[in-house]
Amino acid sequence: MSSIAAHESDALRMPDAQADHKPHGFLDRWLFTTNHKDIGTLYLVFSLLMFLVGGTMALVIRAELFMPGLQLVEPDFFNQMTTMHALIMVFGAVMPAWVGFANWMIPMMIGAPDMALPRMNNWSFWILPFAFAMLLSTLFMDSGGPAAGWTLYPPLSLQTGPSFAFVVFAVHMMGISSIMGSINVIATIMNMRAPGMTLLRMPLFVWTWLITAYLLMAVMPVLAGAVTMLLTDHFFGTSFFNAAGGGDPVMFQHIFWFFGHPEVYIMILPAFGVISEILPTFSRKPLFGYAAMVYATASIAFLSFIVWAHHMFTVGMPLEGELFFMYATMLIAVPTGVKVFNWVSTMWKGAMTFETPMLFALGFVVLFTIGGLSGLMLSIAAADLQYHDTYFVVAHFHYVLVPGSVFALMAGTYYWLPKWTGRMYSERWGKTHFWLSAIFVNVLFFPQHFLGLAGMPRRIPDYSPQFADFNQWSSIGGFLFGATQLIFVGVIVHCVWFSRKPARARVWESARGLEWTVPSPAPYHTFAEPPDIDESMVVHADEVSH
Amino acid sequence: MAQHADNAYYVPHATRWPIVGSLGMIIMLASAAYWLNGASAARWSFLLGVAILVFMVFGWFGQVIRESERGVYNEQVDSSFRLGMAWFIFSEIMFFACFFGALFYARALVVPWLGGEGSGAATNEYLWPGYVPHWPTNGPGEVGGDFQTIPAFGIPFVNTLILLTSGVTITLAHHALKAARRTPLILWLAATVLLGLVFVVLQVEEYLEAYQVLGLTLGSGIYGSTFFMLTGFHGLHVSLGAIILLVIMLRSMRGHFTPDSHFAFEAAAWYWHFVDVVWLGLFIFVYVL
Repeated sequence: MSSIAAHESDALRMPDAQADHKPHGFLDRWLFTTNHKDIGTLYLVFSLLMFLVGGTMALVIRAELFMPGLQLVEPDFFNQMTTMHALIMVFGAVMPAWVGFANWMIPMMIGAPDMALPRMNNWSFWILPFAFAMLLSTLFMDSGGPAAGWTLYPPLSLQTGPSFAFVVFAVHMMGISSIMGSINVIATIMNMRAPGMTLLRMPLFVWTWLITAYLLMAVMPVLAGAVTMLLTDHFFGTSFFNAAGGGDPVMFQHIFWFFGHPEVYIMILPAFGVISEILPTFSRKPLFGYAAMVYATASIAFLSFIVWAHHMFTVGMPLEGELFFMYATMLIAVPTGVKVFNWVSTMWKGAMTFETPMLFALGFVVLFTIGGLSGLMLSIAAADLQYHDTYFVVAHFHYVLVPGSVFALMAGTYYWLPKWTGRMYSERWGKTHFWLSAIFVNVLFFPQHFLGLAGMPRRIPDYSPQFADFNQWSSIGGFLFGATQLIFVGVIVHCVWFSRKPARARVWESARGLEWTVPSPAPYHTFAEPPDIDESMVVHADEVSH
Repeated sequence: MAQHADNAYYVPHATRWPIVGSLGMIIMLASAAYWLNGASAARWSFLLGVAILVFMVFGWFGQVIRESERGVYNEQVDSSFRLGMAWFIFSEIMFFACFFGALFYARALVVPWLGGEGSGAATNEYLWPGYVPHWPTNGPGEVGGDFQTIPAFGIPFVNTLILLTSGVTITLAHHALKAARRTPLILWLAATVLLGLVFVVLQVEEYLEAYQVLGLTLGSGIYGSTFFMLTGFHGLHVSLGAIILLVIMLRSMRGHFTPDSHFAFEAAAWYWHFVDVVWLGLFIFVYVL
């Protein structure tokens, strides 16, 4: 049909809509693939595996904290668990899961055949298993893994044993993977949209990922620089974080959190996108305030660059600094509030039904907002002197990450799983998974607010006996929440291999968007030719005024 | 939005290069970690990892070059490459921004605080009594001992002129390419590569002088740390840029590129200008001020 690839059949293939171009060997299919769906699947499976590994580490922590005193593990191993749990959940579970969603959904949502740079897409993924193999291997070294917390603050982190260099290089590899993934997302969205898919017609998930990719491009290199400085301070005698040499350990905290604060938005912005896809579908109404949602996302991303030092209120900053970062942080509540109110308004007077994706989305809106409100409490510099490094902080960020990001990931999985597999999952088990998760996540994390307000410090394996009751509740909730996730694994396994109920193209009756115009499962190459975008396919058609 | 040439998309086949690259990377980095921990035999597996990575780069880029020369890339692919390169350079800028940030933070805040300014009065009085803030400094502990700095208007100034000149020669090469004049294209590219090479040689000379004569080392407190990390990473980028330009030169000699299709050349030029601009920042903030 075209001259582009006709004479290049050895190196290139020309997709046509229905032909099955799947490579047939296992290695060809998974190791060498350039297909966005296969790579998306790899990302999602990898992140689920890491979610279970990191979750197991969390259970070690909760088991030790079930009672005051030291029962199960050595304090140093406890510290390794808190450090590795965080590194694995942040870089191994949540971030790769969102990249998996981006791979699967962005080309389908904008009418593209694949990601813009398919070969690099393969490399972005295949760096990760090696990086995490190296990171996890440190646990088996004589001196154990890193134990200074995922934030790697010097001088403590510089006392890490031989595992230190492995950790730093693993972080470098994760950074390289993230940067290549983000370049791909940006190039795909800016360059591969079908004609008619203007920027303000893009589904919100695509918008939130575009902005997330910009954040990643800006901050992952900074993290790489920060850990490089740690490496040279440790091995090559530099003085970046050594006051005797004119450096400053606090400088690390500034550089780290310049990365670290946008990082938390990297984990939550795609969640906002998924929720903004799901709520309209099950409310049978278009998203309320589409453009406002886009602008709110961009505002949050911008603000995320100028609030980093709210993680460091107790470190001894000048008063002007404390005030600036306090007010800038509070400002984030405005665009976030726009989002929450728009979600509520989307549901207002909608004909709502409560399938599993909707349940997780509703759980997200309620529970993420709790995390947002405790964040507002923490932003008050004067009050934070009391909260800092207590379990209140642990409760706060777990509310935004677990019933926040992770619930959104689960909502998205249930929402698109029929599109991915061509089969329906078990609604009964999905709902069971939701209700047990929603109950136990609160049993797990809500008591931690009280522990923190009462003064229990984080990252300590022992505690004063008066904290025992709430810790027991939290640990029980933790084990039950962990066990509940096995249902999730079961639902996925059932849906992929055993379900007999085929999925329609438009899996949910009022779902809009290009991904629902193709069959379920989506063909290996979704769009061989650019689809014509008409208003009915656009998710937020009513908002398009031009 | 991109035009869809021939109303069809380009999607490449499965590729083996990424997994080769991952293997090379993990062998290189794990070996480096063992090496840092004192297992000096790991240097050989480190070199093996580097060799695998170089092999991967040759193979991967070679494939892309062959496809490009056979004309299989349409305008949309070209746009994707442009976006990819531009954002790659942006990420590099942020990497340098991190080290510049450390330099500014140390100079503007840390050193004065150690000397008792602002809220640092007690720090100075109890921890570092008698320390008078100054720049360059190796800190109140005089880490690394006495040192002198490289004067800005010696080798660094010459290097500034060299890089600025190379920015001109690469532009002249670009004009020659657009005018389809192959010989000047190759000669101006050769001049650019040569200037890059001279820059690196002079910088090595400068480092030798710093270590052997001036007592300025990577361990010379915060000044030595920021000086060598900033100029060192920059030097690595100049070396990489020169290698890229050399490849572009060799490709030009083989007759690659046409006046209206030569993105690889432009990408190399972008990268070279980026290296150039970073150097101007270095010259001003590290050497002059």
